[in-house]
Amino acid sequence: MTTASLTFLAHHEFRLAWRDWWSMLTAGKRRRARIVVAIITAFVVGMHFVALSVVGQFAGIEPDADRGTLVIITGCALLAWSLMMSQAMEQVTRAFYARSDLDLILSSPTVSRRVFAVRIGAMAISTMMMAVLLAAPFINVLIWRGGARWWSAYGVVLAVGATAAALSVALTVALFRTIGPKRTRLAAQIVAAIVGATFVIGLQVAAILSYGTLSYFTFLKSDLLVPYVPAVESLIWWPARAVLGDPTALAVVLGIGALLLAAAIVTFSARFGEHAIAAAGISDAGVIQRRRQGFRTVSPKGALRRKEWTLLRRDPWLASQTLMQLLYLLPPGLMLWRAFGSNSSDVVLLVPVLVMAAGQLAGGLAWLAISGEDAPDLVATAPIPAGFIIRAKMEAVIGSVVLVFAPFVAAMALASPHDALMAATGIIISAASATLIQLWFRTQARRKHFRRRQTSSRVATFAEAFSSIAWAATAGLAAAGHWQAAITGLVAFGILFGARAVSPKTA
Amino acid sequence: MHHPLPAAALEIQALCKRFDRPAVDNLDLKVRRGEFYGLLGPNGAGKTTTLRMVAGLLRPDCGSISIFGIDAMADPVEAKRITAWVSDEPMIYDKLTPYEYLEFVAGLWSIEPAEAERRANDLIGWLGLGPHAHERCEGFSKGMRQKVALAGALVHDPMLIILDEPLTGLDAGSARQVKNVLRERVTAGGTVIMTTHILEVAERMADRIGVIAGGRLIAEGTLDELRLKAGKGDSSLEDTFLALVAEQTQAA
Repeated sequence: MTTASLTFLAHHEFRLAWRDWWSMLTAGKRRRARIVVAIITAFVVGMHFVALSVVGQFAGIEPDADRGTLVIITGCALLAWSLMMSQAMEQVTRAFYARSDLDLILSSPTVSRRVFAVRIGAMAISTMMMAVLLAAPFINVLIWRGGARWWSAYGVVLAVGATAAALSVALTVALFRTIGPKRTRLAAQIVAAIVGATFVIGLQVAAILSYGTLSYFTFLKSDLLVPYVPAVESLIWWPARAVLGDPTALAVVLGIGALLLAAAIVTFSARFGEHAIAAAGISDAGVIQRRRQGFRTVSPKGALRRKEWTLLRRDPWLASQTLMQLLYLLPPGLMLWRAFGSNSSDVVLLVPVLVMAAGQLAGGLAWLAISGEDAPDLVATAPIPAGFIIRAKMEAVIGSVVLVFAPFVAAMALASPHDALMAATGIIISAASATLIQLWFRTQARRKHFRRRQTSSRVATFAEAFSSIAWAATAGLAAAGHWQAAITGLVAFGILFGARAVSPKTA
Repeated sequence: MHHPLPAAALEIQALCKRFDRPAVDNLDLKVRRGEFYGLLGPNGAGKTTTLRMVAGLLRPDCGSISIFGIDAMADPVEAKRITAWVSDEPMIYDKLTPYEYLEFVAGLWSIEPAEAERRANDLIGWLGLGPHAHERCEGFSKGMRQKVALAGALVHDPMLIILDEPLTGLDAGSARQVKNVLRERVTAGGTVIMTTHILEVAERMADRIGVIAGGRLIAEGTLDELRLKAGKGDSSLEDTFLALVAEQTQAA
């Protein structure tokens, strides 16, 4: 018997990845497979209609496009790259810090370098596949309307994914070597959040400062940028040209992506195991809290709320996981600041942004408070009714959301009290809806598994996202005085009823 | 009006619970007040399922559970008020210190703060947690975590303490501290029910021992009574236990 070959290891890695992915979609229940397939099919078909309305009109763009078009395509590619980079950094950090099969691998006679080479490759492929899945409807529409040359866009997505994976491995290892395993865990999460959000936020900030709008496309198309970018012959536009079907550009872009990924695998796979061992060996001990004398008088409900707030405050993952959501509040904050002393009608644009962000934040916090209960037996054996516990936890979540968003609403009230009222109502309803969805789909998990919360139920994840979007639209339309708010409001209620109907408690 | 305490700390009648097969099958069990009761049985015998139902963590399919005369199914809140549960896997909050954890538990059980703090300080001292009382639990060893969980179970001064394999994974020193604290509770009038696979612990600590197999109580009594039932004379509890379980397996 020989030591494991690359093929054997790759087969093992992909089998685990496939089962993990399928289990994530079906929540480990075989009978859900058909429903999942039906939902995916409906989603894919729906996304093709969305793609048709968004990019259908651009299918005729030729490879010899002007600078304005090249800027927009490059901007979209950079946006995708920053998001893929963020996702890949998450994966690399997880591979470092999840002990899982590390003991088995390192105690086996297999060459560990080979194992980690396959693992880095698998992370890259996972990143690329996710990007391909999301981009596919748009590319398919372009192929259908514009011809076969648009197939090259798939190649660019793969190249961008490979580059993002390679750089994320390099960046995480660099962090590891610079600041050590203990600090890297949090730092890598924060860097991933910032990398994922910086590009789009940067463009939004530029758009707000120059045109007073949140649309980053406004800036990409503006005279403030287009006249100053390099000429159309510049190498910087090769990825955009590759998207448009230029075969030479495509070959170069794919080559660079493959080269960077191969370099990352060769360079870092040898020491990946050492870093993983160092990460697994770190201890969290030694955090001393300020000594406080005297127990405080609280009711059981108060004790639960205070416990939740203390744990949320001390949760390192929460800080990094919600950082991206909070970063997205920077442009609205900037827009609010600009609104003072100028035309306050712009403020209405912020209502849906705040409502959407509140729903997303509440979903994360609710998972931590409800599903991520580290001492479920203790709470369940306490002499208080179960409904009482759930209410206290929901109050803790909604209270936290109110604390985060109150300054925005207060600032908004100075510019437009009506919009502030709509925003406040939307924030509370959106946060309550996300919390209810997490309650209906609650599972028993450890708090430290927060990053994998989406994997416990895809239905809950989508319901939470669509509910936040629907409430954001409702609040935005209501603030603008449109009667269509009633329709989006009904859609939001429909999502909630649907989620309740398929939730494990009632299914 | 002050009612006298009933003689039975726990009375289980015709209790059953079924998962894919019967886990607890028509079980009758009575634990006296002020008793240290050891519950033994092979893996999958139904010990943990039984105790989880008593603690209010699982709902029985049939039967009744009475804790100090309180119907635990009709009035679970009152039953929980006088009961504590400690599982084999200590479930505590990594980001809280032992002191904060005990304050939280005291809040859940609505214990008067000054009294709760006095008890917490006593428990922290008895269990040797003093140097770590204000340190977050995230870096604690299994033994330390188990001691924090035990302190949490005792801080509200329960009348009935239920422990499921509390000594698993503890070093000799920690196990001794836990055993001493439990023994003291019984001496002070408390009732303890404990499952364990360490038969020597049951032999030395339990006033009475119940042997459960296939979800049913197959034998119960003092060690001498069990030996007599198994026909094993002066043998160890291990020999007695194995003989009783083998007899049950053959009968089944």
